[in-house]
Amino acid sequence: MEPITRFEGLAAPLALDNVDTDQIIPARFLRKPRDADYQRWLFHDLRFAPDGSPLPGFVLNRPPFDAATILVAGRNFGVGSSREAAVYALQAFGIRAVIAESFGDIHYSNALKNGLLPIRLPPERVRALREAAEGGGLRLTVDLERCVVASPDGAEDPFAVPAFARDCLLRGLDEIGLTLTHLPEIEAFEARHAV
Amino acid sequence: MSARTLFDKIWDAHVVLRRDDGLCLLYIDRHYFHEGSFHAFNQIAARGLPIRRPDLTFGFGDHYAPTLARSLDGVADPEIRGIIGTFERNVAAHRLTAFRLADPDQGIVHVAAPELGLTLPGMTVVCGDSHTSSHGALGALAFGIGASEVAHVFATQTIWQAKPKQMLVRFEGTPAPGVTAKDMVLALIARIGTGGAIGHAVEFAGEAIRALPVEGRLTICNMTIEAGARTGMVAPDETTFAWLAGRRYAPPAPDPRWRELFTDPGARFDAEVVIDTGTLSPMATWGTSPEEAAPITGRVPRAAEAPDAARAAAWARSLAYMGLEGGEAFADIPLDVVFLGSCTNARLPDLRAAAEVLKGRRVRVPMIVSPGSEAVRRAAEAEGLDRIFAEAGAEWRHAGCSLCAAMNGDIVGPRRRCASTSNRNFPGRQGREARTHLVSPRSAAASAVAGRLVPAEAL
Ligand code: SF4
Repeated sequence: MEPITRFEGLAAPLALDNVDTDQIIPARFLRKPRDADYQRWLFHDLRFAPDGSPLPGFVLNRPPFDAATILVAGRNFGVGSSREAAVYALQAFGIRAVIAESFGDIHYSNALKNGLLPIRLPPERVRALREAAEGGGLRLTVDLERCVVASPDGAEDPFAVPAFARDCLLRGLDEIGLTLTHLPEIEAFEARHAV
Repeated sequence: MSARTLFDKIWDAHVVLRRDDGLCLLYIDRHYFHEGSFHAFNQIAARGLPIRRPDLTFGFGDHYAPTLARSLDGVADPEIRGIIGTFERNVAAHRLTAFRLADPDQGIVHVAAPELGLTLPGMTVVCGDSHTSSHGALGALAFGIGASEVAHVFATQTIWQAKPKQMLVRFEGTPAPGVTAKDMVLALIARIGTGGAIGHAVEFAGEAIRALPVEGRLTICNMTIEAGARTGMVAPDETTFAWLAGRRYAPPAPDPRWRELFTDPGARFDAEVVIDTGTLSPMATWGTSPEEAAPITGRVPRAAEAPDAARAAAWARSLAYMGLEGGEAFADIPLDVVFLGSCTNARLPDLRAAAEVLKGRRVRVPMIVSPGSEAVRRAAEAEGLDRIFAEAGAEWRHAGCSLCAAMNGDIVGPRRRCASTSNRNFPGRQGREARTHLVSPRSAAASAVAGRLVPAEAL
């Protein structure tokens, strides 16, 4: 994986709580291959009418938000199904970070494993950033080294990321490779642990 | 050693190593996969890695399984055929044990694996499916994971985890007649919300949990994820041991270590919720989140009755999606279809409860019954439940996820309304624009007879 240290991007507001992963990518698209078209399944039923035409009311269909790389959501983003495809679809669209008050536990770890940054901020800050993003000109800087989200007005919002995940992301390390260096410990555990 | 919870005991017994920041590498005793796990197979294939412990890895063909027949003959969609084919190829390539479509023990992973005795007290269990929390009903530490984590478990038989906080949910008292495990868990989620247990592992305890058969405990642990928690668990007891006796993969007698699996007196939880079970009624959801639930004997709330402005906006959106005004009695809401199935409520006692209601009656709207496993289907047929369903006019299907997630081609249809015994009423869960009301098997059967949302007592 490419190391992630710091990036800047346009923020899009998604003023919805409890956006479950079924809404991020409906189940009928889970059988689709992860190809160039994958971004099409993102928020599909919120983004497209049954005839396939884009719904103008949905934020990611409106310029400049169609080029957003940071999503500012609400409470409990990514609850529900464990489908990692929700992360793949967000990334295929170009989203690199999601800011929310809270995240579904499984979605949170799926995002980290794939280099999509899930950023938890206090409710009042999430609301403020979402409102600031509405005009379409909010460019935020996400700094993983310092663990802050920097706004153009100079405000800095610190956020927490589990240390191990942060380390892997900063160095572009692969978790499986890292764990396999502990094979002797795993084997020793197996020798004393009867399943 | 200081007092430990059930969760602590299982966790501690599986720590391979612990980092300074507290992150632990946990050993996994059982890893289940399904057709949707193909991303993880691709990930290990791309790196040329083998599956480290194929003997601890078991596959279930459930999400895409056709429920009308046990072959792909009637399956027209090439993508569904393709994904089942991929599953079969991965099973063969890695020489894994899998319960495929034609296997007599095929079923939904969270129904079939416990039934086979694969999930046992004290084990760590993972699967690339959020309802893996179900298996905690046997006294296991079980949680759903994503595809990258599935690949990690394939390659290493371990997973990195930070220890979550812990929550105790006590169901005290005795439920009123007609109040089932499904109603208990829906009432809990209505109370604490879908985010209520995020970041926590939940232990369910109390008199009403002790009194539940294993199947009811599976229903409750199944829906723990709908309250935001990855893990739900119940301390194993004589009920558990008796239920496991004689199952194919279970030991012939209870392992003496299973009797150590309980929360020590004085062990601390980060949060505690107490429910007076005696005050609960049969429940139904009215919105598009499992927390949007109310007693089925009552009314759908109006958006204006929401506790705060944010919730009022969310309720208004949910009601609009559901085609409801707010304020109507559940008993006045006409249904288009009823689904009795899914890993929440398609075990033998669930089918019995529905059949008891249907006996001597006729359904007014189409009702689909899909047993949770082929073993459940056989057991139900052996006691004549299939005939009761058929005589009532319900359709008797094979095992699979079916209408729960509408992945296998079964869908409810746009703006059509379904009473469903499954676990999620999210927008589009049962097909685009489908309207889902979550209920218990008893209420599902009664609602099929009435053609409207009613409890069994209303017939
Ligand atoms: S029955 Fe539904 S909830 Fe259960 S595993 Fe299948 S799709 Fe998931």
